[in-house]
Amino acid sequence: MSALLSVTDAHVSYGKVEAVRSASLEVGANEIVTIVGANGAGKTTLLSAIMGILPLKGRVAFAGQDLARLDIEDRVAMGLGLVPEHRELFVTMNVEDNLELGAFRIEKSRAKSSIERVYALFPRLKERRKQLAGTLSGGEQQMLAMGRALMGEPKLLMLDEPSLGLAPIIVADIFRIVIELRASGVSVLLVEQNAQAALKIADKAYVMELGEFVLSGKASDIAANERVAASYLGFQHEGESAL
Amino acid sequence: MNTTILLFLLQDGITNGAIYALLGLALVLVFAVTRVILIPQGEFVTYGALTYASLASGQMPGTAKLALAMGIVAFVFDLFAARKALHGRLILRTFLTNIVLPGIVLAAILYFAGQKPPVAISMALSLVIVALIGVSLYRIVFQPLAHTSVLVLLIASVGVHLALQGLGLLFFGAEGQRGPAVLSTAFTLGALRFTGQSITVYGITIAFIVGLWLFFGFTRYGKALRATAVNRLGARLAGIRTSLSGQIAFLLASVIGALSGILIVPITTLYYDSGFLIGLKGFVAAIIGGLVSYPLTAIAALFVGIVEAFSSFYASNYKEVIVFMLLIPVLLLRSLAAPAVEEEKD
Repeated sequence: MSALLSVTDAHVSYGKVEAVRSASLEVGANEIVTIVGANGAGKTTLLSAIMGILPLKGRVAFAGQDLARLDIEDRVAMGLGLVPEHRELFVTMNVEDNLELGAFRIEKSRAKSSIERVYALFPRLKERRKQLAGTLSGGEQQMLAMGRALMGEPKLLMLDEPSLGLAPIIVADIFRIVIELRASGVSVLLVEQNAQAALKIADKAYVMELGEFVLSGKASDIAANERVAASYLGFQHEGESAL
Repeated sequence: MNTTILLFLLQDGITNGAIYALLGLALVLVFAVTRVILIPQGEFVTYGALTYASLASGQMPGTAKLALAMGIVAFVFDLFAARKALHGRLILRTFLTNIVLPGIVLAAILYFAGQKPPVAISMALSLVIVALIGVSLYRIVFQPLAHTSVLVLLIASVGVHLALQGLGLLFFGAEGQRGPAVLSTAFTLGALRFTGQSITVYGITIAFIVGLWLFFGFTRYGKALRATAVNRLGARLAGIRTSLSGQIAFLLASVIGALSGILIVPITTLYYDSGFLIGLKGFVAAIIGGLVSYPLTAIAALFVGIVEAFSSFYASNYKEVIVFMLLIPVLLLRSLAAPAVEEEKD
């Protein structure tokens, strides 16, 4: 079976500085794939380039179609969604408006059932539906950003650091929802500094260092890797050096 | 000063202020959505007014040909932009909107030229012509520059203003024109005499403001426009095309500009370059509103209109100076209130 998202030999540069080099990855249907790596490794840059925010050299295919000539909006319409690190909410508009706009490309009748699904996933958003997005707490804003992306009925949702700056209880909630998304048929590409939590829920993982993938494989294998354990999971296997 | 003069001046100020309010709202809208400081807003006013006046006097306005010419260029731009993914539906859509529609309008103008069509038809044709010019203008000039800085957009805006003003001289000549009143009735209330035209100005301004409020508050496209203004990347990630938002913003701005012109031209003689000064007064109101606040802009516009009316009574030579001087204390106050905004942004 061909992958839902397939990135082949991707290079992304900021001027003369190459932030991502020769990256290749695949995300299958109903799969959670995570990219772990230190701050500045190039994870966010890669997600932005897959979404079309940054130019990318190489090949990106989604659902069998080459994305090279498609704008961000076309990629959204194809079923690719991104929840960026900074969430990019419409802060002066209320929760309900933010969610409705997430379904801008969807028929109105379908958008209505979408909003009910999002409220079922995030009951807190329903309670706050008339509140301005800018006045929500960090956790609620993250839920809203995910909810808005889900309103567009994505086949693949890319989440960039969803747990950043959130209380542990909210983080657990967000990871639980990521698992629920997979169960409902949405694939997830998760970029996360909290590698331990990400590797626990992911099917497959890639480890990125200085713009390159240095390891990839089943998430459980990656979690068991000594080098990864020492660098990203905060512990060392007995008798082993860090790297 | 007696009460009658005071009331006259207030009435005059509110009538002018209503027009400035419309223009100021259009400027805020365009800036919020596209980051373009729309200097050519004044040309939309002139083009609307003089197209209307030309049609009403049985002449053929050159703006109709300009709309078609710009449509053809926009069509070529559309085809070029989509050259790698061209498909039949896209070609047909862009052909219909950019060439067929201005073509039909031009045919209608040729049909009506020389036979002085009714006011409503002259008005509708003028609005459509200026709207077509406005949308094509965005497609040709500002859409390709959408990713550039506010300064680049401002320079382009000044260029467009100069080009349109030059074309205005070519189309309408250096002579001023007046158009027929939309409503020719009048009535008196105490010492005040209300002409049908001034009532139309109030009515249309209020209707437009209410219409804009409904559009932005309750419709999908209106909310999409607001969303684009609040967060461009967020809007794109929601699937909202910023080019579509830009086109809608320019469509509204050009219609508002043309409508303002049509409302003014029965009251004042307008020349090919009169729009610039009128647009600038809308701009003063928009600046007082910080280029973001619609209600503040509308209130400021009324204030600008009233200050203008009183200064033309007391010191008519300094009328413009006084109106534009309003900007200095406002900018001073704003800079004192938020001294470090620029630094924070970077």
